[in-house]
Amino acid sequence: MTEAVLFYLFSLVAIVAGLSVVLARNPIASALSLVVCFFFLAADYVLLNAHFVAVIQILVYAGAIMVLFIFVIMLLNLRDDLPTPLLEISRRGLVGMAVAGVLGTGLIAALEALPVTAAAQVTESYGKVESVGTSIFSGAYLLPFEVVSVLLTVALVGAVVLAKREI
Amino acid sequence: MESVGLFPVLAVSAVLFATGVGGVLTRKNALIVFMSVELMLNAVNLSFVAFSRHSGMVDGQVFALFVMAVAAAEAAVGLALVILLFRNRVTVSLDDLDLMKG
Repeated sequence: MTEAVLFYLFSLVAIVAGLSVVLARNPIASALSLVVCFFFLAADYVLLNAHFVAVIQILVYAGAIMVLFIFVIMLLNLRDDLPTPLLEISRRGLVGMAVAGVLGTGLIAALEALPVTAAAQVTESYGKVESVGTSIFSGAYLLPFEVVSVLLTVALVGAVVLAKREI
Repeated sequence: MESVGLFPVLAVSAVLFATGVGGVLTRKNALIVFMSVELMLNAVNLSFVAFSRHSGMVDGQVFALFVMAVAAAEAAVGLALVILLFRNRVTVSLDDLDLMKG
């Protein structure tokens, strides 16, 4: 019971923070809302027995990626030249909100058609570093894991090449 | 998580995803569009983790970790592009970028 209450509480905060990302006027406010959203999603992951993913969510997303975002926003100093109204009631705004609303309701309606089955029972070690690590390194995910490490290296080199003035 | 079930988690994920789509379609600032994309990636991650818990296998969580790694790469390259853009055009408004008549 407490689990359900906590889940709905965390999810509500995550959704409100997510809406605030889209609606905020100031990019910094957007980024900070996104950090809040990530934290509460991490709390949801903990409730879903995904402890390792929750920790990585906070370390990598809320920690590294969002710091990068805020760093870039502050570097560019965009505050002054963006007098965007909170909800620009332009044609594009209306179309965007309509598409998002139709997509959201459509997704939820499609999900309601899912057959209701009982969740599987999980052991104590489920979702901890050991089980996730075993699944990555001794299963079919070893090659994708190595490919991802190459991808990160490529992205790192690409970012430096793009952002550097002269190589 | 037996007391909640699968559907509410997936509904939260759907709402977050739709919010991200709305942000991508509505906003003009390239950085906020990027953040909306991150929001969509996170919504998908929540779905992965929910299905993973429901099926009792950790594969969904492994996929969520892969999505995070790809999101990190995307953020690094994307933000480098935004900096490059700002240096050349002194704007990050997507409306001003009509070089390709899109």
